[in-house]
Amino acid sequence: MTLTASHPGFLSPAGVEIVFVLVGLVTLGAALVTVTTRQLVHAALWLVAALGGVAVEYLLLTAEFIAWVQVLIYVGSVVVLLLFGLMLTRAPIGRSPDADSGNRWVALAVAVAAAATLLTVVIDAFRSTWIDVEESVAGSSKVTGTALFRHWVLPFEALSVLLLAALVGAIVLSRRHGQKGSDR
Amino acid sequence: MHLVYPATLAVLLFCVGLYGVLARRNAILVLMSVELMLNAVNLNLVAFDVWLRDSLHAGQALTLFTIAIAAAEIGIGLAIVLLVYRNRGSSDIDRLRDLREGTGPPQDGSGPGSADEKSLAPATDNAAGSGSDQGTSAGRQHA
Repeated sequence: MTLTASHPGFLSPAGVEIVFVLVGLVTLGAALVTVTTRQLVHAALWLVAALGGVAVEYLLLTAEFIAWVQVLIYVGSVVVLLLFGLMLTRAPIGRSPDADSGNRWVALAVAVAAAATLLTVVIDAFRSTWIDVEESVAGSSKVTGTALFRHWVLPFEALSVLLLAALVGAIVLSRRHGQKGSDR
Repeated sequence: MHLVYPATLAVLLFCVGLYGVLARRNAILVLMSVELMLNAVNLNLVAFDVWLRDSLHAGQALTLFTIAIAAAEIGIGLAIVLLVYRNRGSSDIDRLRDLREGTGPPQDGSGPGSADEKSLAPATDNAAGSGSDQGTSAGRQHA
């Protein structure tokens, strides 16, 4: 993908747009199935398709390092964690009739209203704005690493402390305490 | 590439996630919908970073931070969901209503007894659970 900086890339600009729209439709369809299916494990598997589609969109936006981070962390670990959670809470394998709560029509109305409002505002605001994805690669690992370790070192280190705290918190929460009464 | 395409896709993904958060009953499905919303925000950040070509690459750095925070969030969230399932025997967020206000509509506010009947009382549906869970809840009530 770094070759796109030096010579005309694999796809023409119109081709990039067409591929972006097609992958976007697939992503959106997978996300819709994720939130509407009644089979819980299928929801997690359709989530893989949606997150993978977002990773392809990152690649088309020339943010390749973030695309691979997306594949590694979201598709690799978050979905696996969700599947573990589904299985540890003994989710039913087949269709579960009570996957949706009773207020789904209110939820649908809220989501459609939010989508209409945001679409109106966003399309009106960025009607005549173009991204130049042919000029240079904006997100190669060299560029991202330079920016991350030159300008964003302190947030990076603070984030590692946050991850450590999350790890300790998850262990404390999921520990089976109380072999001899409560030890809290 | 037109900037409207990634912005529109991000808006639609966010609203799909919003519908999922509001309409789903299982807590893990709600967490999946939250992931969809976070991905929509990340897509917006990357698209605007590529558009603006910021020399600090603030959008992409923030996207990486958001992904890491989402990983931490999903870990903590799943730990909480598993703990609730172990104590209550259910992960339906519609039935976890111990913390709601007591002064609700008149058919709900008749007393704590009816509220306990509607909500899922702690460790009563836990017949399939092991004995240590019962001991845990009993010990916590003593503490």
